[in-house]
Amino acid sequence: MDAVGIDIENLPVAYNGKVALHHASLHLTAGTICGLVGMNGAGKSTLFKAMMGFVRPASGRILINKLPIRSVQKQNLVAYVPQSEEVDWNFPVSVHDVVMMGRYGYMNLLRIPRSSDKSAVRQGLERVEMWQMRDRQIGELSGGQKKRTFFARALAQQGKILLLDEPFAGVDVKTDRMMIDLLITLRQAGQIILISTHDLASITRFCDQVVLINRSILAHGPTSEVFTEENLSRTFGGSVSDFSSAKECVLNKTQTFPHPSLPSGEGTRF
Amino acid sequence: MDLVQWFAAPLQNEFMVKAILVSALVGVVCSALSCYMTLKGWALMGDAVSHAVMPGVVIAYVLNIPLAIGAFVFGVGSVIAIGFIKSKTRVKEDTVIGLVFTGFFALGLVLVSKVKSSIDLTHILFGNVLGISDSDIMQTLIISVITLVTLAILRKDLILFCFDSTHARSIGINTVFLYYVLLSLLSLTAVAGLQTVGIILVVAMLVTPGATAYLLSDRFDHMMLIAMASGVFSSVMGTYISYHIDGSTGGCIVVLQTALFIVAMIFAPKHGLLARAKNSRTVGE
Ligand SMILES: Nc1ncnc2c1ncn2[C@@H]1O[C@H](COP(=O)(O)OP(=O)(O)OP(=O)(O)O)[C@@H](O)[C@H]1O
Ligand SMILES: [Mg+2]
Repeated sequence: MDAVGIDIENLPVAYNGKVALHHASLHLTAGTICGLVGMNGAGKSTLFKAMMGFVRPASGRILINKLPIRSVQKQNLVAYVPQSEEVDWNFPVSVHDVVMMGRYGYMNLLRIPRSSDKSAVRQGLERVEMWQMRDRQIGELSGGQKKRTFFARALAQQGKILLLDEPFAGVDVKTDRMMIDLLITLRQAGQIILISTHDLASITRFCDQVVLINRSILAHGPTSEVFTEENLSRTFGGSVSDFSSAKECVLNKTQTFPHPSLPSGEGTRF
Repeated sequence: MDLVQWFAAPLQNEFMVKAILVSALVGVVCSALSCYMTLKGWALMGDAVSHAVMPGVVIAYVLNIPLAIGAFVFGVGSVIAIGFIKSKTRVKEDTVIGLVFTGFFALGLVLVSKVKSSIDLTHILFGNVLGISDSDIMQTLIISVITLVTLAILRKDLILFCFDSTHARSIGINTVFLYYVLLSLLSLTAVAGLQTVGIILVVAMLVTPGATAYLLSDRFDHMMLIAMASGVFSSVMGTYISYHIDGSTGGCIVVLQTALFIVAMIFAPKHGLLARAKNSRTVGE
C-alpha cells in the first residue's frame, strides 16, 4: 500500500444552514502528529465529524489515501475517538468487550475474534495500563480510565490514521505523558495523528505540525513556524486569558520543541 | 390439590398444551428482543410500534394475508411517520410518538368496528392464546425463527449499535440497516406477542424481562439468558395460573413478569435496593 495521506479541500460544513466551518483545506502525509487548536466553537469537532462522514460538507472533498471516507472505514484505516463518548455507562459490557469492538472491522459477520484480534486487544489495554481492569463493567471506571479504555480501542483498531478529539481532557499528568509517548511511537511507525487539544503547553512537546482553526483554517504548518504569538492571537480573537496562556507557551517553546525524546520504557510496552 | 396434579391436569386439554408451548416460545422471543429494547432505551418506541400495528393487523385479516405483513408495514410506517414529523416540525419527540401511535391505534379501532363480523376486538386487545388456531401457531413459529436467527447472527453488531452507534459508523457498519432490522423485529414480535397477551400488554413482554435481567447482570450474555428464563417462566406459569383461576392469560403473564421485576429490584445482588442500602450503610460506618 502507498503511504497514507489525508487531503481535505475547500470544505464548508454547515449545521442546518448555519456555517460552522468555512473553506478548510488540509493536507497531511505519513508520520506526523498534527495538533488542532482553536477556541470553543471554533469547529474542531466539526472538522473531525466531517472527516468521518458524520456531517456532510456542502461542497469540497475529503479523501483519505485518495479514497472517500466510506471505503476507508471498511478498510480499518481510520480510528476515531470522539470528544465525549455518548454511551450509556451502565451498559452491560466490560472494558475488554469495549476494546474488542475496535476489532469488529477485521472480523466476519458473526464477529468471532481470532487470535490476532485477541492479541491486539491485549496489547491496546496493556499500552494504556488497563489490562488489569479488563473485566470491569465500564461504568465502574474513573473518568480518566474511561478515556484510556476508548483510547485503547482506537489503538486496537491498528489504523494508519488516528483522529483524537481532546483525548487529554480530564486525565492526570501520568496518563497524559503515557498517551503522548504512545502517540510519538505511532508517529515513528508512520501513522498520521490529528489531535485537538486545549492544552497549549503540551502542543509544543509532541506536535510537529499545528492547525490553527477559528471557523476556518487560519494557519497550518510546522509547529515552530505556525505556533507564533501573532497567529495565536488571531486564533483566539484577543480573548485575554486564552491569549496570555498561549503567549507563555510560545515563549517556552524553544525549550521543549522540536524533538520530544522518548522516556525510557515508563511502564509502557511496545 | 397436589402439585403434580396442578401441572399435569391442564395438559389433558390439547388447547392448553398448545397455549403453553406458544406462550413459552413468545416469551423467549420477546425476552430476547427486550434486552435490546431496554438497552437502547426504546421502551416508548416499543409501546408505539406495538399499538401502531393495529390497523395493519385488521387490514391483513380482511385481505386474508398473514397478520405479520400488515403489522410490519404499519409498524415500520409509524416509525417513519414519527421521524418525518419530528424532523419537519418543532414538536418534541415524545409528543410526536404519543400522537402518532394513538392515531394509528384509533384508526385500527375504527376498522375493527366496521369489519366486526370476522374479528373479535377483545382477542386483538387482550390476546387469545387459549383459543389460538393452528395457522396462528405456524405464524408465531415463523416469526420466532426469523427473530431468533437474526438476533443470533447480528448479536455483536446490535450490541455495538445500542452501545455506541458512533463507533459502529466509524468502522463502516451500516447503522441505518441495523436500526431498521431492530424496528422490523419489533413489529414482527409485536404480532407474536399480540396472540398471547394482546396489543395492550405486548409492550410489557418487550420491556420487563430485559429490565429485570438488567438489574441482575453486568454481562450482556448473562442478561440475555436471565431475560429469556424469566420470560419463559412467566409465560408458562402465567398460562397455568390463568387456567386454574380462570382469569386473563395475558394479565397473569404480565403480572408474573412484573412480580419478578419487583423481586429483582429488591434483592438483586449488586443493583438491588437491599444491596444498595447495605453499601451506603457500610460507607456510612
Ligand atoms: N450538531 C450541531 N448542530 C448545530 N450546530 C452545531 C452542532 N455541533 C456544533 N455546532 C456548532 O458548530 C460550531 C463548531 O462546533 P464544534 O463542536 O466543532 O466546536 P469545537 O471547536 O469542537 O469546540 P470545543 O472546543 O468546545 O469542543 C459551534 O458554533 C457549534 O455551536
Ligand atoms: Mg469539540
